[in-house]
Amino acid sequence: MSRKKKPKGLFDKIWDIFSSVRLSVLVLLLLAATSIIGTVIPQNQLPDFYFHKYGEVLFRVFTTLNMFDMYHSWWFRFLILVLSMNITICSFDRLPHVWKIVRKKPSFDVEKFRRNKDTQTFKIKGSAQEKENLVIALVRKTFGHCVVEQKDGGFILFSEKGRYSRMGVYVVHSSILLLLMGGMLGSLRGFEGSMMIPEGETSSQVILRNTNEARQLDFSIRCDDFDMSHYDNGAPKEYRSDLTVFENDKEIFKKRIIVNDPLRYKGINVFQSSFGTLAGNGATLAFTSKDSGMVYERKIAMGESLELPENLGTFTLNHHSNSYGYMGHDLGECFIGKLTHGEQEPQEVILPIRFNGFDKMRKGAVSVAVVDYEKRYYTGLQVTKDPGVWLVYLGFILMIIGCWVAFFMSHQSLCVECQTMGDTGCRVMVSGSANKNRMGMALKIKRIASLIKDV
Amino acid sequence: MTSSLILAIVTFVYGFSSVFYISSWIFNKKILARIGAALAVVAIFGNIAGFILRWVESYGHGYGHIPLSNLYESLVFFALTIAVVCLFLEWKYKNSHINAFSISLAFLIFAYASLKAGQGAGDIQPLIPALKSNWLTVHVMTCFLGYAGFAIAFGISIMYLAKKALSNNGKGLMGRLPDYDLLDELTQQTVMFGFLFLSLGIITGSVWANSAWGSYWTWDPKETWSLITWFVYAIFLHLRHVRGWNGTKIAMISIIGFMAVMFTYFGVNYLPGLHSYGKG
Repeated sequence: MSRKKKPKGLFDKIWDIFSSVRLSVLVLLLLAATSIIGTVIPQNQLPDFYFHKYGEVLFRVFTTLNMFDMYHSWWFRFLILVLSMNITICSFDRLPHVWKIVRKKPSFDVEKFRRNKDTQTFKIKGSAQEKENLVIALVRKTFGHCVVEQKDGGFILFSEKGRYSRMGVYVVHSSILLLLMGGMLGSLRGFEGSMMIPEGETSSQVILRNTNEARQLDFSIRCDDFDMSHYDNGAPKEYRSDLTVFENDKEIFKKRIIVNDPLRYKGINVFQSSFGTLAGNGATLAFTSKDSGMVYERKIAMGESLELPENLGTFTLNHHSNSYGYMGHDLGECFIGKLTHGEQEPQEVILPIRFNGFDKMRKGAVSVAVVDYEKRYYTGLQVTKDPGVWLVYLGFILMIIGCWVAFFMSHQSLCVECQTMGDTGCRVMVSGSANKNRMGMALKIKRIASLIKDV
Repeated sequence: MTSSLILAIVTFVYGFSSVFYISSWIFNKKILARIGAALAVVAIFGNIAGFILRWVESYGHGYGHIPLSNLYESLVFFALTIAVVCLFLEWKYKNSHINAFSISLAFLIFAYASLKAGQGAGDIQPLIPALKSNWLTVHVMTCFLGYAGFAIAFGISIMYLAKKALSNNGKGLMGRLPDYDLLDELTQQTVMFGFLFLSLGIITGSVWANSAWGSYWTWDPKETWSLITWFVYAIFLHLRHVRGWNGTKIAMISIIGFMAVMFTYFGVNYLPGLHSYGKG
């Protein structure tokens, strides 16, 4: 009581700001507008990439504003914080009032209904008494439970439904808070990373996505087999990994995972996300001498050097790579070696698996090609833990229920008044109101009126 | 009969339907709208038949999947949802002029789809591993029901603005368009319908993403743009319900919202991201 007389204190002023829909609209607008930025500027790339793309000045400005990871920047989080405070305070501000309406004992004022714009008035044959039960039955069937008030020469019937639909909007708002809380819990207590496990090997180490830190799992995973299949047109059909989970050196279970069917254990999810090949310990190479046309096939181990016949030099197999950039093209998987001949500068030899004649282009005295090599797949697994997911899912369910209630249900009341007029008939008034979708309610009144005409 | 042939014919039926609806409005003859509605029903059945046949044909290729996996297929389904919602509104509000603009949207979408099909986008393709999930069906269907709601809200908003700008005292061609009140109400109703289904679409997408690669939200451009669209319509709903905005202002926001929908649908393909199957 005393608070109202006093000039508004700081608390009230802040309360007023945070309980206003103007603020909601402003924050939603800012969120919508700023969200666009992150779809135009690629997010979470290496600094080099940005530096080349935007130049030094813009790079500095953008870095200061966290534009390269904007959805996790302080200012974007601040907007979300303001939105959640806005939602919370709005609800505290309005909920008591709405709750009062919801809990209030229904009271009906026939005068109000008579004055309503959508009221339908007409005459039917027969007295009000004759029609009473029929009309009640009709309203029960088409609208809902009703109370009947008797009066001289007639009756008034009231019905009301959907009180609790007024709560729908608060359900939606709390669902958003749940989503944000779930998201926060996930980012504080969860992680996201990847594992690369070659076939036959076991690992328990996850490389975290954002920081590249290593993290040990409580259990380890062995990749027993990786396989992929293709459609006839060459498009990928399925990637799958056969995994075995070990805990304290004891086998726990096996699971075959494919994209869209992960392994879940102890709150940790393991998804099929990529794959690659590793060269085994060596390859069989074919050395073709340009002069004699002779082809020499030799097995060579990784790191090994080989003295070639016909005094063609020494070949060393250095390493294997899954991709190799050559004049702007990716040659794909290849072996890389070195050819030394006497005092000449050593030459790098690239042996792409896909383009076996590639080394001929070097136009050297000997050309090298890969005949065969040991190949092993490794499976690329995405590993995540998110203890906030259940909150998010709960939020999802509440949001859908809340939206449905808030949009398509309304607090409606209906009033039918019948008054006997002389001996021949009675005058009927059908009226009603709703807190939402007035036009729908008007149509409903019309429909009920026309049904009563036929009673 | 192949699905492509049926769908090509359906394009014309939608076209004729729009012509009849628009003529009904221009010449003020109720019977023309009736014919338009009948044609729309034929087109809808043709649309469904084409959809199902395409589904069956995909099994013939050896990799059966529901035809909701690329731009062409999504356009075919989008047009279907628009036409169904249009007819439902006509039936519910007993006003055929509502569809004078909106059914044309179904036709335009179909025409665009046919154009794309002519460029080879209509071929049935196998599903890439990431899309092989039961969530595909429910995610795409809910999204497009949402888009359909917004598309019709857009058509009605255009109608509102056209009537406001060109009508002289409620007479003549523009005067015959539905009442301002009805247009206003319909915009709101269809936006709410769209919002519910957009929310469902985003949610099913999230749940799918979480079950397929372990995170329900990654700020991928398509996700972000669907959220931007969601924000715009959330603003619409707040201004409408709490601040009581109506008429021209609300029609403008509905149009801006639909621009966001279109960008989410088409524009995002020009940005880097995961939803690349939407590419032409």
